[in-house]
Amino acid sequence: MKVIEVEKLTKQFGDFIAVDHISFDVDQGEIFGFLGANGAGKTTAMRMLCGLSIPTSGKARVAGYDVYKQTEQIKKNIGYMSQKFSLYGDLKVWENIRLFGGIYGLTDKEIAAKTDELLHILDMENERNTMVDSLPLGWKQKLSFSVAIIHEPKVVFLDEPTGGVDPVTRRQFWELIYQAAQRGITIFVTTHYMDEAEYCNRVSIMVDGKIEALDKPSVLKADYHAENMNQVFQALARKATREE
Amino acid sequence: MKQFLSFVRKEFYHIFRDVRTMMILLVMPVILIILFGFAITTEVTSVPFTVFDQSRDDVTEKITEQLNASEYFDLYDTAGSYEEIRLLFRKEKIKIAIIYPPQFASAYEPVIQILVDATDPNQATSLTQYATTIISSSPAIRVEATSLSRNPVLLPVTYLLYNPLMKGAYNFVPGVMGLILMLICALMTSVGIVREKETGTMEVLLVSPLKPIYIILAKGAPYLLLSMVNIASILLLSYYVLDVPIEGSVTLLFMLSIIYSIVSLSLGLLISTVADSQQSAMLISGMALMLPVMLLSDMLFPMESMPYILQLLSNIIPAKWYIMAVKDVMIKGLGTVAIMKELIILTVMAIVLIAISLKRFKIRLE
Repeated sequence: MKVIEVEKLTKQFGDFIAVDHISFDVDQGEIFGFLGANGAGKTTAMRMLCGLSIPTSGKARVAGYDVYKQTEQIKKNIGYMSQKFSLYGDLKVWENIRLFGGIYGLTDKEIAAKTDELLHILDMENERNTMVDSLPLGWKQKLSFSVAIIHEPKVVFLDEPTGGVDPVTRRQFWELIYQAAQRGITIFVTTHYMDEAEYCNRVSIMVDGKIEALDKPSVLKADYHAENMNQVFQALARKATREE
Repeated sequence: MKQFLSFVRKEFYHIFRDVRTMMILLVMPVILIILFGFAITTEVTSVPFTVFDQSRDDVTEKITEQLNASEYFDLYDTAGSYEEIRLLFRKEKIKIAIIYPPQFASAYEPVIQILVDATDPNQATSLTQYATTIISSSPAIRVEATSLSRNPVLLPVTYLLYNPLMKGAYNFVPGVMGLILMLICALMTSVGIVREKETGTMEVLLVSPLKPIYIILAKGAPYLLLSMVNIASILLLSYYVLDVPIEGSVTLLFMLSIIYSIVSLSLGLLISTVADSQQSAMLISGMALMLPVMLLSDMLFPMESMPYILQLLSNIIPAKWYIMAVKDVMIKGLGTVAIMKELIILTVMAIVLIAISLKRFKIRLE
């Protein structure tokens, strides 16, 4: 089943074409890496898929809903975690969980059950009453991800979720991503770390608003005669003419 | 509704856990009331004065006595010459000097000269007024006037309406109410919204199914509630500590305050769409809102004596209309009909500002 279907999606700001006729599909439960240099148009494309920005032209459906007309439904069926930290630092761990549970329309009972389950999985039962600000960054990020999928969305959009985190924590974070994908949650992730690109089922690489490559990491590496994703990325990014 | 309430609860956590916010909410009104009620005041009490009595008769002595006996003036010392008076002014020993001409009591048209230190013009005006009132109402002068059967002197007797003691608090309390509401509703909401933009949580909220209008309402609701608490505490403080009466309807006062708070909230929202950082939100609120409220709302400086341009400009300041209406209700005890004009102006301002800021807020989402 296709969870994200994109066809010739375009976003234009004046003369500037931020996203230029991109097309791709993402299957349910897939981990889809959305790569590109800064300014390549990743964020703009992602914002359109999240229903935050109306496309200039092209078609796109997320979780079966149209990005032009059904943004309300899209928002109910997706989760989102940004590169900036997405929780409230002056709220306790459980208060953050309750807040986002409430925003996504969970009942008090569901929230209570989710809170216990989530804290157990993250091994943070002792931190229930800790202010989020005083948690280590890696823990915050894991908590943030768990909160982003508290309502079991069809897709979760992760915008550079592991920025500034050490490799060990990043690996733990990806464990969580795999668990979520196994439950059927589709993962749409942008990242700067090319080792993370290897963890994805498929990756797309955007250059100057266009998708220049899209396939399994192993296929891409073979196509570009590269040893790792970093070399693939460098080969493609060199073509970029657009500045920041 | 549950979504909305979860969000409002979160706002209260933010407010109660931030020391700075709590200080502004709890301490600020008290400080302002005390500051304006006691410290910064144009009220006249125990002002040192001197007399240069060239007549030294019963009448002049009685007048001097009367001035000294009043709570407004205290005799510093008598002076023997104009030179001496000048010296006392220069040493800032006195603020006002009374000079009786020779043969005051028997003069056909006695004239008293009053010299006032006018470095502070407002104070000078009130000092002169007080002195004139005391002198002209002095029984000594009346008795003299009748016994000598001079031309019947028409002595104006002034009654001060609404504020017989001429207390500054009557003017400042409504002013402080206008200031505090603006501070809480506009400054705090704008900073609150900009903080979410800065930390990145705003993005998460916008991606959530929470409608933008609910985000805004939920941001504003706690501050609206808290400003009502503040209005209550200001009214209690001014009633019990400053002895300012509440002549009119308290319900009407609160209704007025709610409308004004909504105007301030939408101003805060507007600022939050312009400002990128909490600092700039604070700066804009301070410069664009607080200063005009203080300077152009009749709170510190009388509007009548300002240039015409500034008087015109003051019409777009919501606080001016709010403070005027509060004075009418609180001090004069007037009803809804009397403040209809102010109510309508504030309501129109609220509607226009909400429309503009909602539109701008939506644009920012793109």
